[in-house]
Amino acid sequence: MRKIVTLLIVGISSMAVDTTVHAAGGGKTPPAHQWSHSGLFGTFDRASLRRGAKVYREVCSSCHGLRLVAYRNLIDIGFSEAEVKAIAAEQEVAAEPNDDGDVEMRPAILSDRFVSPFPNENAARAANGGAYPPDLSLMVKARPGGANYLRGLLIGYKEEPPGGVIVPEGMNYNEYYPGNMIAMASPLSEDGVEFADGTKATVEQMANDVTTFLSWTAEPELEERKRMGIKVILFLLILTGLLYVVKRRIWSDLH
Amino acid sequence: MSKFQKPAWLDNGVVRWVDYRLPIFSFVSHELYEYPTPRNLNYWWNFGSLAGIVLVIMIVTGITLAMHYTPHTALAFDSVERIMRDVNYGWLIRYIHMNGASMFFIIVYIHIFRGLYFGSYKAPREILWMLGVLILLLMMATAFMGYVLPWGQMSFWGATVITNLFSAIPWGIGDWIVTLLWGGFAVDNATLNRFFSLHYLLPFVIVGVVVLHIWALHVHGSNNPIGIATKGEQDVVPFHPYYTIKDMFGLGVFLIVFALFIFFAPNYMGHPDNYIPANSLSTPAHIVPEWYFLPFYAILRAVPDNFIGGWTTEWLGFVIVEAKLAGVLAMFGAIAVLFVLPWLDRSPVRSSRFRPMYKWFFWIFAIDCLVLGYMGALPAEGIYIVIGRVATVYYFAHFLVVIPLLAKFEKTRSLPKSISEPIFGGGGVAAAGAAAKPMEKA
Ligand code: HEC
Ligand code: HEM
Repeated sequence: MRKIVTLLIVGISSMAVDTTVHAAGGGKTPPAHQWSHSGLFGTFDRASLRRGAKVYREVCSSCHGLRLVAYRNLIDIGFSEAEVKAIAAEQEVAAEPNDDGDVEMRPAILSDRFVSPFPNENAARAANGGAYPPDLSLMVKARPGGANYLRGLLIGYKEEPPGGVIVPEGMNYNEYYPGNMIAMASPLSEDGVEFADGTKATVEQMANDVTTFLSWTAEPELEERKRMGIKVILFLLILTGLLYVVKRRIWSDLH
Repeated sequence: MSKFQKPAWLDNGVVRWVDYRLPIFSFVSHELYEYPTPRNLNYWWNFGSLAGIVLVIMIVTGITLAMHYTPHTALAFDSVERIMRDVNYGWLIRYIHMNGASMFFIIVYIHIFRGLYFGSYKAPREILWMLGVLILLLMMATAFMGYVLPWGQMSFWGATVITNLFSAIPWGIGDWIVTLLWGGFAVDNATLNRFFSLHYLLPFVIVGVVVLHIWALHVHGSNNPIGIATKGEQDVVPFHPYYTIKDMFGLGVFLIVFALFIFFAPNYMGHPDNYIPANSLSTPAHIVPEWYFLPFYAILRAVPDNFIGGWTTEWLGFVIVEAKLAGVLAMFGAIAVLFVLPWLDRSPVRSSRFRPMYKWFFWIFAIDCLVLGYMGALPAEGIYIVIGRVATVYYFAHFLVVIPLLAKFEKTRSLPKSISEPIFGGGGVAAAGAAAKPMEKA
């Protein structure tokens, strides 16, 4: 009868794996990277988060929003309140109507969400040759392959597409993008940002860091979740062990 | 002295006072302390109570989510993300509810296959079984509508595809149903609102049917791995404490598995596209339903375009059935055959342990269901279509051909005289048949 269980597990896992592979059709499977936040005890690498936030703010944020993340959330990953206030104040948001009923702009504050670069989708498309740069808050959860895919996308540009492939005007060849033709030009270039901690800003370094940062924006609860998970599992193992002992004792008079 | 004692607390004064006016304590005593349960149930009998507990977990987490959720197309997606980010332990509540749905289906599918293997659907448990199938249908409706609520891409497109199925019903009825489901002429805000309302309602309907299900169960008691009726006190034990503790141990094991998903792979069984807000202008590359619907989805897609439309209709003359309708009928038929199973299987022997041929066909059928699930996840093209069709035909053949024929021709093994006979001696042929591993009885 153990067969049923095995069959079910095999069946279910193969289905899940399978949908993943298919949805990604067209692009190569991105290489697996060793993330600090993967695994049972994984936590986000703080230095990498900080560098990644810089990459996002200095590169990606001119096209992509992060509308689900509030500025105050940055404090959770080690930014000081003063730093975050300064970051927020660089942006403007609409204030409440004043006494005359006019809506004026004010600097963003801690409780505001990241201000998106474009007021709406049409404006975003108009500025990007008709293509729409999606919001990045949930990007890592919204693509099969998750963080590996995002990292792959950022390092997967090829100046010279493989033989015979013609890249249309306004498009770029990317190994890992489904269908390979993407409207976003390679956003990262060597030394495109300058890291405060002296890390050399290679394309791969920046890709790793911004992906770590965007993994956090997608799953800000990850560390708390895993920490709690370990405790819950340990508790349940002990409880279940005890229940088993009690069960054996209660049933002993029947055997 | 009988094993079936009323508990001592029934003599307590307050208890007696209440019980005289509302016999709720006698009821508990009768259904737990004096309720006779076969002594040989194995761990496959844990899944019924597990399903009940998961139902409660779903209702509790669901009500909590509803306190923070907003059923409006412009706000639903963001309100779910607020739960994930800003509500205290919101992520935990949501991940429990999300993965709980999958767990519920795993448990109930195992529960059903247990019934198929040990012949639990046979007399006198036909109504019990049919109530179970009704629960399955209600669960599917509930889960489908729940999946629409976060208003992601799969929510929206799944809702569009599935509600459109009803339009296949002829004579204008289908279109009328679809408009009613949508509350308009497309999947939109009105749809989301009514789905939320119904998603809140249906679990309580399920509770009601579960009560009937357990009521029916307690009339004749549980079936058992040998499948013969209990014949006196040596065959049974009181439900409490024997099965309460066994169910609690099973619950512990289940919660470990459940927690592994919630805390370490919360999105494993979900689809990444549902983290993209719904967009009626951009269709996902592959619209796939949740994994627990995949076998039925495969059956839906298995019917060839010209199957009944161009073929049977001419032959029958008057029945006009379009291909799409035929697919829908096949899908619902896959569940309908379960309803009538007690009358398709006329073999007097319940348990597979004494049905050497049925046992094999049971496993082939189980594999067939997995194949269907697999095909449901793949795009409908090339060889997959063929495999899907063969598996669909076999699904129905199992119930409509194999099972009735087995009932006629299978030579079953001889049954033991009673459940306790193999345990307390007797021996011989019967004992060999019932020689369950000791652990299974533990
Ligand atoms: C000059 C504008 C611009 C910049 C800067 C930019 N992007 Fe993009 N990005 C786009 C556009 C436009 C698209 C849509 C591409 C398409 O639809 O073909 C896009 C798409 C994406 C996608 C979605 C790919 C998919 O699977 O659909 C991701 C992820 C992404 N960008 C990440 C980034 C990151 C990370 C950065 C910063 C390192 C960045 N982008 C910088 C314009 C930009
Ligand atoms: C909400 C879902 C369900 C709940 C909470 C539930 C609950 C239970 C419980 C507590 C039992 C007794 C313990 C056991 O035998 O495992 C039981 C028995 C049973 N259930 Fe269910 N059930 C559910 C769904 C179903 C479905 C979908 C079916 C079949 C299609 C079904 C068929 C049966 C049968 C036949 C029995 C008697 C089994 C036997 O005694 O051998 N149940 N159910």
